[in-house]
Amino acid sequence: MKLMKGIFAVVLAGLLAACDSEQNYHHSVYMLVDTSGTYSKQVGKAQNVVNYLLGTLQPGDSLAVARVKSRSFTERDIVAKVSLNSDPLQVNSQKRAFAEKINEFAKTQQSGKGSRYTDISGGIIQAAEFLRETGAGRKTIIIFSDMQEELDYKTVRDFPIQLDGIRIIALNVTKLDTDNIDPRRYMDRLEWWEERALAAGASDWKVVNDMEHLDRIFAKRG
Amino acid sequence: MSLAEAILIWPDRPALSFLVLFVIAMPFLYVAREPVHALIARLVRVIVNPLRLISRWLSETAIKMRLRNREVLFAQGGREVRLSIEREFERVTTLVQRDLEGYPAMQRKLMDEITRIEEDYKQSGEVPPPPPEWVKAVDGFAKIKNNGDGVVERILADIRDSIDDIYKKILAEYRGAYQERHHILKRSLPFWRSANQTLQQVDRNITGLHDSAAKIDANVIKLQGIFGKSNETENALTSSASTQFFISGLVMLIAFGGAYVNFKLISLPMSAMVGGGDYITANLRAAEVAAMVIILFEALMGLFLMETLRFTNLFPLGNMTEKMRRYLMWASLIILLILAGVEVALAVMRDTIVAADVALKQTLGAGEAGAAVEAGWVTRIPTFGQMILGFTLPFALAFVAIPLEYFIHSGRIVLGAVFVQSLRGGSFVLRLGANLIRETGKLLIAFYDIVIFVPLAIERWVKRGRSEEPKEESTVRPVPSLENQYMGR
Repeated sequence: MKLMKGIFAVVLAGLLAACDSEQNYHHSVYMLVDTSGTYSKQVGKAQNVVNYLLGTLQPGDSLAVARVKSRSFTERDIVAKVSLNSDPLQVNSQKRAFAEKINEFAKTQQSGKGSRYTDISGGIIQAAEFLRETGAGRKTIIIFSDMQEELDYKTVRDFPIQLDGIRIIALNVTKLDTDNIDPRRYMDRLEWWEERALAAGASDWKVVNDMEHLDRIFAKRG
Repeated sequence: MSLAEAILIWPDRPALSFLVLFVIAMPFLYVAREPVHALIARLVRVIVNPLRLISRWLSETAIKMRLRNREVLFAQGGREVRLSIEREFERVTTLVQRDLEGYPAMQRKLMDEITRIEEDYKQSGEVPPPPPEWVKAVDGFAKIKNNGDGVVERILADIRDSIDDIYKKILAEYRGAYQERHHILKRSLPFWRSANQTLQQVDRNITGLHDSAAKIDANVIKLQGIFGKSNETENALTSSASTQFFISGLVMLIAFGGAYVNFKLISLPMSAMVGGGDYITANLRAAEVAAMVIILFEALMGLFLMETLRFTNLFPLGNMTEKMRRYLMWASLIILLILAGVEVALAVMRDTIVAADVALKQTLGAGEAGAAVEAGWVTRIPTFGQMILGFTLPFALAFVAIPLEYFIHSGRIVLGAVFVQSLRGGSFVLRLGANLIRETGKLLIAFYDIVIFVPLAIERWVKRGRSEEPKEESTVRPVPSLENQYMGR
């Protein structure tokens, strides 16, 4: 009898733990798109990634796309953001509207000129702030950039940042001309970013240059 | 420095070192022989005794379980056979009631038909009236001899003509009478057929009764076997339970397949009802749980429906009045119908969501808004299919109650038998392990003696030497022989 009571208590505790309302299983993604210099021509690829994300995100998830330019720590640089509704049909409309905005953004970027400097750190700080506000259980920052940060002399970014529990994915990290001369520059750059991200408390750091297999990164949930 | 190197006398000559160490250790090992033997024996006992105890307990539990299973098996078998007999009796009662109810009418009908046939037969057997008296007079005239007299000849010719006419007339009447009798017989043919059919019906009823009686006889014999609790009956019942277990398991598996299809049909549209963004765990959405609940609810309603229709006997509804039972049946059926209707609506919703999702993905893939595909009746076929599935699957799921009942009842027998076998297997393994450990202990003692064979050999040699030494003369007085005793010496 005692054994039965014990089993019942364990099952009940398991069910209560499973139904814990504090736990949030939603996914928030913040995508930074580098629009500086020659990299701004890669916006078409970024649009494909956004479309892919729109296809995979579920009701309740959030997505924001922001541009990286000379100074990026501002809400004005957020191109589009959405928190998906719980109704699947409304989610569809939201995704459609989001895709339209990104389409417009891509068109303007391809015809326009890229910014002079690249403030990736500012964009990451802004992204972390946004993701924390969503309260999602799974937070991801996608940096669509060559990861070459260039700041003007007034911009201050050399301070510790907080990226607790955020996953960072550097996407389509193209090689610069200088990297071709000395590949160690490329390796060192990525290593520096990885160290910085992990030191800031990021849960994971990944570099993905194969744009054909995005499902390997985004398919897994939880 | 390792332990082996530390204990070696000459580290560069390990073999020699070990040999010397062995020689040094041998006297100590010899002295410690008896305590070591006792230690090994105690250790073996410490392990073997609990193992044997557990093995015995398992064996006894297996026996008790087997007896219990046997009781359950006979009880269930008896219940099933009794139910079967009851059903046969009900069938017989229905048959008898129906036939006896109609029997007076049938008998009256049969009697009427027989009376009619008799009358017809009598009528058809009536002969035409005999020829009139003047036939005798004609016969007298016929005896008159023709002696060539013209008058006589003429009279005879007239008579002959008259007779011919009369003969023809009578023949016509005779034929008419026979024709009429044939008509009467022909008219009675349907009565013959009707009587035949009535008798065939009686024969069929009697045959049905005979079959039912044969089944009842067979079941009574089976019940006698169950009451007798013979091993043959036990084997037959176990085999029957195993077959039922696997068949019902297979049917349940098919039903689970249907439930899974049903789940897939309604889990997506359920997100529109309960919210698509709610998660119970990382990979389990609230919508999926809601869909599962609906399916389980359908199965439950099916269970109640089957129970109230007396197809199954899973719940003790014996204390429920017939009226309440009927209310419960209607309530279950109505809820099932409502749930089936909900599923139809969800199927339509699912189709809409999937179509919108496909259109969105096409748009995202194209980079621009794609043209909407015109929805013809052909494109609506999957929707209709989903609607039909959504409506029928809940009812199909309702029938799971029948195999479920068999699965539960036969599962008790099969799992009980498997449990008994497991207990027996466990008992055997423990007993085997205990024996192996005991023999290993003996082996260890023997091995210990082999290791210290030199001092043991010396001991044996010394003992043998002592036994060969001349013994002191016995102080016991020899018993005198019987002869000497007799002689008084």
